[in-house]
Amino acid sequence: MSQKVLLNTKEVQITLHRLACQLLENHRTFNNTVFIGIQPRGVYLAERLKSLLETNYKIKDIRLGYLDITFYRDDFRRSNKTLEANKTDINFIVENKKVVFIDDVLYTGRSIRAALTAIQSFGRPSKIELLAFIDRRFSRHLPIQPDYSGLQVDSINEEKVKVCWMENDGEDAVYLINK
Amino acid sequence: MNELSVKHLLGIKYITEADIQLIFKTADHFKEVINRSIKKVPSLRDITISNLFFESSTRTRLSFELAEKRLSADVINFSASASSVNKGETLIDTVNNILSMKVDMVVMRHPNPGAGVFLSKHIKACIINAGDGTHEHPTQALLDCYSIRERLGDVAGKNVVIVGDILHSRVALSNIFALQKLGATVKVCGPKTLLPKYIGNLGVGIETNLRKALQWCDVANMLRVQNERMDISYFPSTREYTQQFGLNKAMLDSLDKEIVVMHPGPINRGVEITSDVADSKQAIILEQVQNGVAIRMAVLYLLASKIERDED
Repeated sequence: MSQKVLLNTKEVQITLHRLACQLLENHRTFNNTVFIGIQPRGVYLAERLKSLLETNYKIKDIRLGYLDITFYRDDFRRSNKTLEANKTDINFIVENKKVVFIDDVLYTGRSIRAALTAIQSFGRPSKIELLAFIDRRFSRHLPIQPDYSGLQVDSINEEKVKVCWMENDGEDAVYLINK
Repeated sequence: MNELSVKHLLGIKYITEADIQLIFKTADHFKEVINRSIKKVPSLRDITISNLFFESSTRTRLSFELAEKRLSADVINFSASASSVNKGETLIDTVNNILSMKVDMVVMRHPNPGAGVFLSKHIKACIINAGDGTHEHPTQALLDCYSIRERLGDVAGKNVVIVGDILHSRVALSNIFALQKLGATVKVCGPKTLLPKYIGNLGVGIETNLRKALQWCDVANMLRVQNERMDISYFPSTREYTQQFGLNKAMLDSLDKEIVVMHPGPINRGVEITSDVADSKQAIILEQVQNGVAIRMAVLYLLASKIERDED
């Protein structure tokens, strides 16, 4: 197993700032915008972007929810392992809101397909956008593309992209791992 | 650990503490789901479940059916009174006929103890025991323990007394197994005629004085007197039973501490507990019913994920 650094700590910071600015461009006051972090690993990114916008750009009270898609996945009973759920925590209604899905890696697009179904339980958003920190662009199974992406990665299927966050993994970095 | 150690849920006796904790953890997520405005998830959309009820039931059947529908499974219902059982068909034949219609899971209630275990040895589908005679009622015990965990934070270290008709109760047996596996101490309390002779061998304490039992416990689970299973008189009169083993508000208020009162339903108001107790803040009877749906969703979800797919 070998691994290559795609983004180091400094580059992760730069990319986060760029994404925050792109969101700011499109959403301005964030009055009618809500962030949805996709469980499990999209939540770290969502929290980072929220705090960055709040501290550096003085945006107040961005609403943030966590969405778990386990019960909506299309591979139930297709693998040998039982799919384990995470916590969904959305304490607001998304009716007529602009929803931004936030996830760390966009790969086949199946998680986002499931998230699109799952979010319907919380209302009918006026618009849904997708932000992915890493876009593995030639690996898609479904016609789903991000509106904002941190880095596009062209990798082969045997490779894995790992996004590490300080609060969970002890450092901010992105690795390409060759299995 | 993220999967159950068993393929069927036949009784609490056959599962481990880790299984119970996994079911609770999964039920936490489903409890969040059933409190949304849209209460349905598509997990079991390619699963067909048959509810076979060879004995009458209201809340368990409704609770299972709702859990199945919340998970998007296809459901067929069967009750013995309107079936060929009356025409002399055997249990295996009845079930095999239903399974030949491509059913993946069977939820069964049957008056004979061990019916689920027997069936699991003869058929391929996944079986969930919804009560077999006086033997076990595993999902009831799971939802009871889950409700205790929800109210008191944990089951381990708690003192639980099960009061009433222990002899005829599958709820009591399953509860004893589940509570002990989770680390609670259990006592049973009731008229001597309704306590099984060797119940002490299960490691439970025996008490025939209700007040003493209540002083000792954190949780009292009041069982229904099962008149329909009583072939002889086990106590002189209902009035006498109520005087000795019925829980009323005055007794509840006279205790040093606030205990939690549970009842698996249906309640005979004024017999095992009075109305003011059943409707008091200390009673979690309706929470039990709500948790029942979440627990059954968790059990169905975890067992369904172990069913092998047809190669297509």
